[in-house]
Amino acid sequence: MTNNTIKIMLLASTVLGASSLAQAEDATLIIESWRNDDLAIWQDKIIPAFEAKNPGIKVKFTPSAPAEYNAVLNSKLDAGSAGDLITCRPFDASLSLYDKGHLAAVQDLEGMKNFSDVAKSGWSTDDGSVTFCVPMASVIHGFIYNKDAFAEVGVEVPTTEAEFFAALDKIKADGSYTPMAMGTNDQWEAATMGYNNIGPNYWKGEDGRNALIKGTQKLTDEAWVAPYRQLAKWKDYLGDGFEAQTYPDSQNIFTLGRAAVYPAGSWEISGFNTQADFKMGAFYPPVQKAGDECYISDHTDIAIGMNPKSKNAEAAKTFLNWVGSAEFADIYANSLPGFFSLSSHDVKMADPLAQEFVSWRGKCKSSIRSTYQILSRGTPNLENETWNASVNVIKGTESPEDAGKRLQDGLASWYKPQQ
Amino acid sequence: MASDTLNKKPVRWHIAIFLAPAVLVYTAIMILPLFSTLQLSLFTTVDQKLVFAGLDNFRTLFGDERWADSFWNAFGNNSWFFLVHMVVQNPIGVLLAALLSSPRLRMNAFYRTSIFIPTILSFVIVGFAWKLILSPIWGIAPSMLDFIGLKSLFAPWLGRDEYALTTLALVSGWQFIGIPMMLIYAALLSIPDEILEAAECDGITGFSQFWKIKLPLILPAIGIISILTFVGNFNAFDLIYTAQGALAGPDYSTDILGTFLYRTFFGFQLQLGDPNMGSAIASAMFLIILVGVSIYLFGIQTRLRRYQF
Repeated sequence: MTNNTIKIMLLASTVLGASSLAQAEDATLIIESWRNDDLAIWQDKIIPAFEAKNPGIKVKFTPSAPAEYNAVLNSKLDAGSAGDLITCRPFDASLSLYDKGHLAAVQDLEGMKNFSDVAKSGWSTDDGSVTFCVPMASVIHGFIYNKDAFAEVGVEVPTTEAEFFAALDKIKADGSYTPMAMGTNDQWEAATMGYNNIGPNYWKGEDGRNALIKGTQKLTDEAWVAPYRQLAKWKDYLGDGFEAQTYPDSQNIFTLGRAAVYPAGSWEISGFNTQADFKMGAFYPPVQKAGDECYISDHTDIAIGMNPKSKNAEAAKTFLNWVGSAEFADIYANSLPGFFSLSSHDVKMADPLAQEFVSWRGKCKSSIRSTYQILSRGTPNLENETWNASVNVIKGTESPEDAGKRLQDGLASWYKPQQ
Repeated sequence: MASDTLNKKPVRWHIAIFLAPAVLVYTAIMILPLFSTLQLSLFTTVDQKLVFAGLDNFRTLFGDERWADSFWNAFGNNSWFFLVHMVVQNPIGVLLAALLSSPRLRMNAFYRTSIFIPTILSFVIVGFAWKLILSPIWGIAPSMLDFIGLKSLFAPWLGRDEYALTTLALVSGWQFIGIPMMLIYAALLSIPDEILEAAECDGITGFSQFWKIKLPLILPAIGIISILTFVGNFNAFDLIYTAQGALAGPDYSTDILGTFLYRTFFGFQLQLGDPNMGSAIASAMFLIILVGVSIYLFGIQTRLRRYQF
């Protein structure tokens, strides 16, 4: 009896030992990510392409829900159970991980040569000396419109603000479409697709953004209040009950063909392509006067870094180098139209809507969202306050000037250069 | 000698052994976290290290204008949330229980079950379902109001600062009305028939019987319900979070202590979490609930007269 048990245990241990030996030959890299929407693309396209080139390295993509990602990742890192590769949120969320020693410096990797300083800005220390994630993609803001609706009502694609509001007026007068699909219930659209979408035209993109960080401009300056003034005018063009309209509501209203214009981020492209059965086009935020230079929000959104405690550091470096390659840029940009490569490789995209968005990089100056770098480090949090102010201004419960003053006071309460 | 052995009681180990599992589990998952939260609120993080800060976090919470504004806004909203439950949910719950306990009511079990069902639903379902019902775009509320000619009364309630909190309090009341109803129903059923017969002999029937005989007898149950509502409401979080998100819009008008704690402790969007300030808020919530429960226990419950049958 006991003899038998010992035999079985011995047998079992040899089997287990053999299987763990087999695993040890291949380095398995585990990727932490919040992009659970992209699971299929990683498994079917990106990982096979990498594994084909790098035999001996296996990659596993293990995403968690976007809203929980930061909390889940932080606790995994603290407990030492996090994966080898970590998908990086831009700016402070990742910077704090680097400061805690949860992300390794990657600026010396071969693949990092293919990225500009602006592309790296989202994942570098304030002085730019250390970069801790390899940039993957950015998203561009603008407006997606229903081409059929524009043709039916007889409006042209607007390039100036006057044309923009004239077009909205005409669509409203026609009555068959809601002029603009946006709600204020979830708050972030008003700030991200509203304020930070149209704003760069007023504060001259990077110039204004950097001036704000240096403290030479204030949120009460005309350049920062004027976008709120335009947002206040949007109210008349949003659908009935927009106060309780959520983000999915807006997406559905637009893809069902009930609205003419959708203030957008380029990440909508793949979803809209499958849902909408009408022709779509896109235009960049209209400028104030004809001939003005245009600015777009081309926001560094997603990157990937390395866990310094990874047991497969060499394999992880191989993967990160590959993320910087032209092959990755091509696969990523084409399987996820709307997420544009930040690398200097010349990527050909097949999707016409994505091509339209990315073509603005040639016509306009790029900037990132004004509240993301450094300015949202304290309490009150400028990003959250901007959501709140944008909603209030659209609903008409706070004047643009009051909103600017409130945000400035809040920022000045903790940010030295603004004091 | 004989009396000695009688006086010397054996150690009653079985009491400790029977209590041990519950005490251990409760200590591990309730008492220890409670004290470590209180402890965490006395520390602050400087350069990635925990440093003892005394009452500094509380000084910031109540002394700094912005923190204090947010805190008292959340506290005010929470009080209103509680008040709506006390004024709407509990009286209607008592009323429903009184109706259900009426011997002439048919399909008693059906009503009881269907009114109780929302209580066992997940917050996520309730929040999502009501958001859809009240949606100005796809909701059935506007078309139903239109059907009876009252379309003009419809407003996007969840999106307006002045209505959103009351709307959510009513939704929460709708969900949990089964609990006061069941407790009162049980209390009403436990009233002996002799008392009611005696009342009838004295000519007290119908509504005045409820008011003069039954209500005093169920007062202790109503007290328990009030305190359960109080504790539940001041710990509430889920419904607001599922319906309005962590920023508790519009314009923080639905921000209650639970959502304020969540934003501070875990962070939100670009705002990084601050476990120390979060613990300070959690401790403040604990104290508020402690004070409320103490007032009830020592001020009210000791004065409630109980009747033994």
